[in-house]
Amino acid sequence: MNRGKGRALTEGQRAERRLGLWLCAPAAIVMVVVTGWPIVYSVLLSLQRYDLRFPEDKAWIGLSNYATVLTSEVWWNAFWVTLLITVVSVAIELVLGMLLAFAMYRAIVGRGLIRTVVLIPYGIVTVAAAYGWKYAWTPGTGWLAGLLPEGSAPLTERGPAIAIIILAEVWKTTPFMALLLMAGLAVVPEELMRAASVDGATLWQRFTRVTLPLMKPAILVALLFRTLDAFRIFDNIYVLTNGSQGTGSVSISAYHNLIGGLNLGIGSTMSVLILVTVAIIAVVFILGFGTAAPGSER
Amino acid sequence: MEAGRRSVSGWTVANVVVVLYAMVPVLWIASLSFKDPSTFTDGSFIPRKWTLGNYAGIFTNADFVRGLVNSIGIGLISTFVAIVFGTMAAYAVARLTFPGKRLLIGVSLLIAMFPQISLVSPLFQIERALGLFNTWAGLILPYITFALPLTIYTLSAFFREIPWELEKAAKMDGATPFQAFWQVIVPLAAPGMVTTAILAFIFCWNDFLFAISLTSSNAARTAPATISFFTGSTQFEDPTGSISAAAVVITIPIVIFVLFFQRRIVAGLTSGAVKG
Repeated sequence: MNRGKGRALTEGQRAERRLGLWLCAPAAIVMVVVTGWPIVYSVLLSLQRYDLRFPEDKAWIGLSNYATVLTSEVWWNAFWVTLLITVVSVAIELVLGMLLAFAMYRAIVGRGLIRTVVLIPYGIVTVAAAYGWKYAWTPGTGWLAGLLPEGSAPLTERGPAIAIIILAEVWKTTPFMALLLMAGLAVVPEELMRAASVDGATLWQRFTRVTLPLMKPAILVALLFRTLDAFRIFDNIYVLTNGSQGTGSVSISAYHNLIGGLNLGIGSTMSVLILVTVAIIAVVFILGFGTAAPGSER
Repeated sequence: MEAGRRSVSGWTVANVVVVLYAMVPVLWIASLSFKDPSTFTDGSFIPRKWTLGNYAGIFTNADFVRGLVNSIGIGLISTFVAIVFGTMAAYAVARLTFPGKRLLIGVSLLIAMFPQISLVSPLFQIERALGLFNTWAGLILPYITFALPLTIYTLSAFFREIPWELEKAAKMDGATPFQAFWQVIVPLAAPGMVTTAILAFIFCWNDFLFAISLTSSNAARTAPATISFFTGSTQFEDPTGSISAAAVVITIPIVIFVLFFQRRIVAGLTSGAVKG
């Protein structure tokens, strides 16, 4: 295609540009209006003392909300819990997702069946599944709680509760990871695998020397997506523990400050900090690991 | 021959494991929803005393029925708008050369990765000021916004695959531009649009954070949020039965989509996310 650079645009190219802009306008306007102004506004809110229970105390206080949040033990606890849940669940999902991707990609028998059932965890409403896990681990009621020693109530203890949150998160999102990885498997040429096998490479060698390097871009994209998604974990924790016993994530903390505490200043400060953290994670992935930003045209 | 038989039984084992993995947690909540309240605490995986009472209970609960109506209405409207706007943008991204294309893709990528909680506090304030708080529109706006990146990615991936020369060929054979579009391009584009609509609807149907933060009554509260407010009909009644029955009800549409559109959903998720 000949793309006239700069001045020498033909009438046709100018019409194409105009059409392109008009077609994108509605989507672009909605996205920018619904996210752009709120982001600016939340930065402004984070610089104010603004508690809806005491609206007359509203005042500009510079960065002191940030000082409050960043010196609060509750925030740092939520931050480390979120990070722990993110790292552990994404790591487990990568391994399980890879196995599941192989099963879905290579299955000779029942391929349709397994591709169908794995979509159930992916599609199910997180809250619905979370109640299932909650009752499963509730002493007396649950089939899983019955497997534990008498008298244990896992959801009321910090360590076990976090483990259950991770379990619920892994169960729900592994299929998505597996689907992304399966798309990556499709780029590995069959002949290459056969050649490696003829040369005497073992299954493990074929996996680490041929499949993995070729799949690296797909793996990195899947990790990026899932890491950012896991970092904003909310629904599972809300249902399973509602953040009690120090199991709350940063999203849960911000929500409690906002809706429970009606403290817009502190809630917004947390929102801004979460946004900054997410941005840092994305930059680390894209610059540090060379993850191709999905959507950039190669 | 021997190896073939071994791999077939290997795959059978793998299939059983995957099916158990995916289905056991779902069957458990379904089992709970059929248990008679007197047997909730028996801890058995299979109900010992079956009842439909939990379902009868939630469908006579005005809040839950209203929540379902809200979920369906808000989900359908958001999906429709996202598909219309998303189709226009995706067509432009896939087919046209224009300035700002990379910017559009970049912005949608940012939104796809955006932590929703960061929008909750400002939207809570803004929507209260504009009178959008606790209304359908107040949820539809953020849903469209977060569904758009998904629709733009998935649809532009589908649109790149369409053999557009067919349109020209049809015109040469004497079709009017409208006929060429309607009889040639639309049938080719429709499967991708159906897939994308399903993915967008699942996203809206699933949302919980906006639904509990931007609503305050059953006027706009969607089903997942309504369930989290279930307390049982009296203070002393255990909501376990109602919650599990409601959880099953909101899972049914997902199961139907998955059963009928499995191939499409897989194609949509993989093409949109990876090829971009």
